[in-house]
Amino acid sequence: MSEYELDATGTLCPIPVIRVQDRLAELAPGDILTVHASDPGATHDIPAWCRVHGHTVQTCEEGDDGIRVVIEVGHG
Amino acid sequence: MAGAGPIPCPPPEGYNARMTETAEATKTATAGARAPRAVALISGGLDSMLAVRVLQEQGVHVEGINFFTGFCVEGHTHAIRNKDRDRPKRNNALWVAEQLGMKLHIVDIAEEYKDVVLNPRHGYGKNLNPCLDCKGFMVGKAREWMEANDFDFIVTGEVIGQRPMSQRKDTMPIIAEESGADERLLRPLCAQNLPATLPEREGWVDREQLHGITGRSRKEQMRLAEGFGLNDYASPAGGCCFLTDENYSRRLNDLWQGRGERNYELDDIMLLKVGRHLRPSPSFKLLISRDQGEGQFLRGYRRNHAWMETVSHGGPLALVDGEPGAGEWELAARLVARYSQGRNAEAVEVAITDQDGSTWNTTVTPMEPGSIPEEWLL
Repeated sequence: MSEYELDATGTLCPIPVIRVQDRLAELAPGDILTVHASDPGATHDIPAWCRVHGHTVQTCEEGDDGIRVVIEVGHG
Repeated sequence: MAGAGPIPCPPPEGYNARMTETAEATKTATAGARAPRAVALISGGLDSMLAVRVLQEQGVHVEGINFFTGFCVEGHTHAIRNKDRDRPKRNNALWVAEQLGMKLHIVDIAEEYKDVVLNPRHGYGKNLNPCLDCKGFMVGKAREWMEANDFDFIVTGEVIGQRPMSQRKDTMPIIAEESGADERLLRPLCAQNLPATLPEREGWVDREQLHGITGRSRKEQMRLAEGFGLNDYASPAGGCCFLTDENYSRRLNDLWQGRGERNYELDDIMLLKVGRHLRPSPSFKLLISRDQGEGQFLRGYRRNHAWMETVSHGGPLALVDGEPGAGEWELAARLVARYSQGRNAEAVEVAITDQDGSTWNTTVTPMEPGSIPEEWLL
């Protein structure tokens, strides 16, 4: 299992989702991807996209420094 | 992480049951053999949702594809404004995918799409909407995806007679031909009014269970949705593209005239969706925020624009597109002051930062109400 980071701050949905989609395609099941975003829509869209593709959102949180979504790669 | 903390993101009601149901239906219909595989263009509206559901009923494995052009009307774009903050921030195409229990692939075609917008072979509709070229291009991209991912055919939610430009009986063959999809393009909602396609002739789908819907009325679709138990969907026939919007098209035309060339970057077309736009001179345009939400959004674009904000009074953030002449900075400042809390004051101080990063302040009298020529407003 490896851990990776993705910076999607400053982009509007659906761009953060597209970035997640493209990055996850390169990772292996069990890998962890931490996504940083700024568009509030990402807190809905990234988990929704992960659900339909069989990935697990471990945490989704919003703080003063932005949005952070931690994803465990599934079998797709 | 400091601040608000965890955000609950549960699946929509009944989601897990739907996923199981969809998988079981495919297994039962195909008796263990490889199910036919279709890729469906998903806009997030009712028609494409129904088209997929009709095929899922027949045990077809369907995955959705949604294209990002930069002109998409998204809840998130609306949510930039303060007054729209309570609107649901959902992506309708993803919502549809969850309702149907299918995968959705979102594809960024913004760069390639420029040629469709700038050089439509079939021309524009009422505004700058190149609907027929757009549909042919998207079906063509779906065909490429189908071939790359070993799928069998393409599905759209098109209905004959529903759209004056792209959804007519005489334009449907054009889309099939120009996209290269030919007989692998199936329109389940109006298939019975069209010649049988490959999926029908090969028995991958049962033509008798498809539909023969025509016209602009939505009654038949709503009846179908009710039968499927689908009662939450985006506004029927709701536009999903800014290019069909008269005001947006006027702004885009102005952008081309102002720059002396018909071209654009993604940032340009995003900014056309936001704020109050005024062109007081051929040499520059102002984008003035209408509330704090838009001001926040426009702040992100200061790196590649000159910008202005009022200092002595609360007020908007304004981006300057173009290069005002020496005497025009004052005019720009007076306009920005007009939309500040100092609009009735005798003097308002405005801070200006030009594109090179030089800053200076100027004190101006705000433009008087009614003195802004209507043709300046875009």
